[in-house]
Amino acid sequence: MAAPVQLLPGTLDLLILKAVSLGPLHGYGILLRVAQISRGGLLVEQGALYPALFRLVRQGLLKAHWGTSENNRKAKYYDLTALGRKRLQEETEGWKRLAAAIGFALAAQPEHL
Amino acid sequence: MNRVDAYLRSLAARFLHRHETEDDLAAELESHIQLRADDLVRSGLDRATAERQARVEFGGKARFADEARDAIAGSVVETLVRDLRLSVRQLRTAPSFTTTAIITLAVAIGANAVVFSAVNGFMLRPMNLPHEETLYTLERADRDATESYPNYVDLRDRNRAFDGLAAFTLDQGWLTIGRDGDAIRSWLFEVSGNYFDVVGVQPYLGRFFHAGDEHGANSVPYAVLTYAYWRNHFQGDHGIVGRTVLLNRHPFTIIGVAPPAFRGTVLIFAADLFVPLVDQEQIDGASLLNDRANRWLTVLGHRKGVVTPAQAVADLNEIAAQLELAYPKEDENFKILLTHSTLGGDAFEDAVHAFLVALMLLASLILLAACANLGSLFAARAADRSREVALRLALGAGSGRILRQLFTESVLIALVGGAVGLWGSVLVLSWLANWHPFPQFSIRLPIDPDARVYVVALLLSIISGFVFGAVPVRQVLRTDPYQVVKSGSANPVRRRMSIRDLLLGVQIAICAVLVTFSIVAVRGLSRSLHGNLGVDPHNVLLVDTDLRMAGYSKERISAMQQRMLAAIRAVPRVTSVGLVGVSPPMHVSWNETDLFPPDAVDLKPSKAAAHAIQYSVSPDYFHAAGTRLLAGRTFTVHDDTIGPRVAIVNELLARKLYGSGASAIDRVFKLPDGKRVQIVGIAEDGKYTANLGDATPLAIFFPLLQVPSNETWMVVRSPEDPQQLSAAIRGQLRALDSGLPSFIETWTKDMSGALFAPRVAAVSLGVLGLMGAIVAVTGIFGTAAYSLSKRLKELGIRTALGAQRMDVIEAALGRAFRVLALGSLVGLVLGLLASRVLASIVYQASPRDPLVLIGAVVAMFMLGLVATWIPARRALAVDPLILLRAE
Repeated sequence: MAAPVQLLPGTLDLLILKAVSLGPLHGYGILLRVAQISRGGLLVEQGALYPALFRLVRQGLLKAHWGTSENNRKAKYYDLTALGRKRLQEETEGWKRLAAAIGFALAAQPEHL
Repeated sequence: MNRVDAYLRSLAARFLHRHETEDDLAAELESHIQLRADDLVRSGLDRATAERQARVEFGGKARFADEARDAIAGSVVETLVRDLRLSVRQLRTAPSFTTTAIITLAVAIGANAVVFSAVNGFMLRPMNLPHEETLYTLERADRDATESYPNYVDLRDRNRAFDGLAAFTLDQGWLTIGRDGDAIRSWLFEVSGNYFDVVGVQPYLGRFFHAGDEHGANSVPYAVLTYAYWRNHFQGDHGIVGRTVLLNRHPFTIIGVAPPAFRGTVLIFAADLFVPLVDQEQIDGASLLNDRANRWLTVLGHRKGVVTPAQAVADLNEIAAQLELAYPKEDENFKILLTHSTLGGDAFEDAVHAFLVALMLLASLILLAACANLGSLFAARAADRSREVALRLALGAGSGRILRQLFTESVLIALVGGAVGLWGSVLVLSWLANWHPFPQFSIRLPIDPDARVYVVALLLSIISGFVFGAVPVRQVLRTDPYQVVKSGSANPVRRRMSIRDLLLGVQIAICAVLVTFSIVAVRGLSRSLHGNLGVDPHNVLLVDTDLRMAGYSKERISAMQQRMLAAIRAVPRVTSVGLVGVSPPMHVSWNETDLFPPDAVDLKPSKAAAHAIQYSVSPDYFHAAGTRLLAGRTFTVHDDTIGPRVAIVNELLARKLYGSGASAIDRVFKLPDGKRVQIVGIAEDGKYTANLGDATPLAIFFPLLQVPSNETWMVVRSPEDPQQLSAAIRGQLRALDSGLPSFIETWTKDMSGALFAPRVAAVSLGVLGLMGAIVAVTGIFGTAAYSLSKRLKELGIRTALGAQRMDVIEAALGRAFRVLALGSLVGLVLGLLASRVLASIVYQASPRDPLVLIGAVVAMFMLGLVATWIPARRALAVDPLILLRAE
């Protein structure tokens, strides 16, 4: 497997929303989920996660509540709000278009011109 | 809406449960580390190692907590408080820097607050009258804001554009309260019957008089007191209404008291009472009410809402044209303008406004200089702190964060300085507002600070905080942590001209301008007091009496005047005594007359050969006043009603009429009434009015016996002590007539009243110059001391290698001195150029005076010397051994 790559600026929020959309998670769980769903291709810096989480809560995209983890530790769980779900949808669309466009651009060959 | 809601909830949580939020954050981060450690334990590590590794993996917990906090709503306030706390701590560690900065700023902001209060009082917040925006003063096209009574009545009755036109004038009278009370000199507003109704004020007590009360001359024996006079002289007695007082020996019934906020319609004049204009004859002894040519009234009124200003002017000028047609001699060139006047609406008002604007400009220059000063101090401090800044950058603080910290510091200093400055200015202003420099004049300075002043001071503080805080920004942003940590200095490259030198130069130039201004002003003032006045006011007492007030009829006044002269001449040690009317030179009021060629037929003012200030004097006046006669003779007792009409003119008038002084003797001219008068003497030129910029004062003196004066001012020359002399004079006058009121003071004091405006101008310019000098000294001192502290090691080595004292000083302070010299030069040139403007405002000020130039150069040199004295001493005291050991 190739070494994990650094996140593009602005993609962290999208990844967090995606990870949480699959089920409520605590912060550490989000890290694991991102690694899992990106098949180990993306690495989120541990501490950088929390400012992003607080920002998303403030923007009303996430909601948080304290709960207990599977190994019986107190942890704060994050879940999508309706607004967050809508945002995830929009951003996913946007990202797909962007990725497709960049993919086309990079795949271009002289004979296609 | 959801977002706003979430934000508000987050904000509320942050403030209502601040500690909870903090704990929450800590708990969450801790739980993260524990969860990670659990995973590591599962992969085979022991608990302690796992936790340690989890923490290492997590990275700078504090930093992330910080950033997380920033991401939470409400952190702006939180961050601000944190920055403030840090700033206070930082500033406390550098008390001398902090104190210098605060003092500099307090001086600058204080100066601006004081000057702005004056601008506010004189120009922005005029008189606090109802609907002031439609209240206009009528002014002639030649900027004379006075009208004669018959013209006023015609304008009032014929116009269709105003809700009534009122007229007023200022006067002085002798008021007797109670049966045996002494007559007190008091200040009057003589006002038309409709005055209060037109202006739109309601009485505080009793009632006002109205237009309906007027039934011809001397028909309204009523008086209205101003609130202040009622409080001071009647102890706020509510039973005052209905009481009778004597004004110039005529009974007037007090019918009311004006409200506290209404002090009449002249901004700086604090009158004692309002009396009806129609009683002018009783008050003044002679009626002006039927004289169409004599302009002495200010006319004002509210424009009707449906009429535009242009229509109002057209309406008035239509009437003016009719009047000019009907009275071609009295109402020549009758053109009317409308103004919003508060000071009488002539050149004086313009001069006051121009002067205030100039002062405001100078005050902002001081603030600019102070900002330059503080900017260079902050730059120096930022350089000193480059290590700290570099460390914080290396530890991961964003440069935005560091800048925010710097600005918090500078704005904090600015606010503290501004508060101190404002406090000082409020003290100064309240002192000024209660200042009665000349008891004989009722002047009130409308400069008490209001909310507007506070807001302006606050804004100025914040703006200057950002301005001087911005100076070191580039420097901080350029800081390269690795360089600093390696070499210990932020700027290894020395440029020829640093931003600090430039700032110092600018600041010194500004200060040099201010210093030049203040020297020009002070010099002008001293010249106006000691220059050629045409009289010698030293050892002279002025005795002001009022014979009409004492009940003398016109016919008896002249004889009584002669007896009074004789009585005072008999007082021991009186050298000479003269009489002058209407008032002595350099007093507040004067009369003027037109002079015509001897063969003139058309005696319209526009055909006059000259326009001169006119005096009626007794034969001994010239000797008593100290006015030299250059040619011809003085008057004698034979220049009376039987003898031929004669006059003495001053040299300027003689030259204007006949080309040269000597040839004027025995020449003849004509007066407006057609009488032919022969010139018998030439008097030296002098100053006659306190008018600013009165360049060609022409004067003519008539013998008292031929042109009698109802006013009786006696000029008494004596080496005797003024106090004893006035007692003796009072005694003599009382022996003549015990009921004769008199007001005695030295001539110099009376003149200082006439010179009030130029004096205030000179003093305020002087004070601003002084403030500029203070700012310059702190600026030079700060820069010199700083550059010295940076180079102590180098100086130590130089001394150790045998450098002479002069070399050391040159090395230490040469740069500061060169900047000083260059800045001063630029400032002097600018100052001298700008002083031309000043010359039109400050009496007798001339920038071409060599003393000004020398004074300014010496002053700047002294300032440099004072400011660099301590740093130079320190440079010379450098002991290489101690220095090298310390390193």
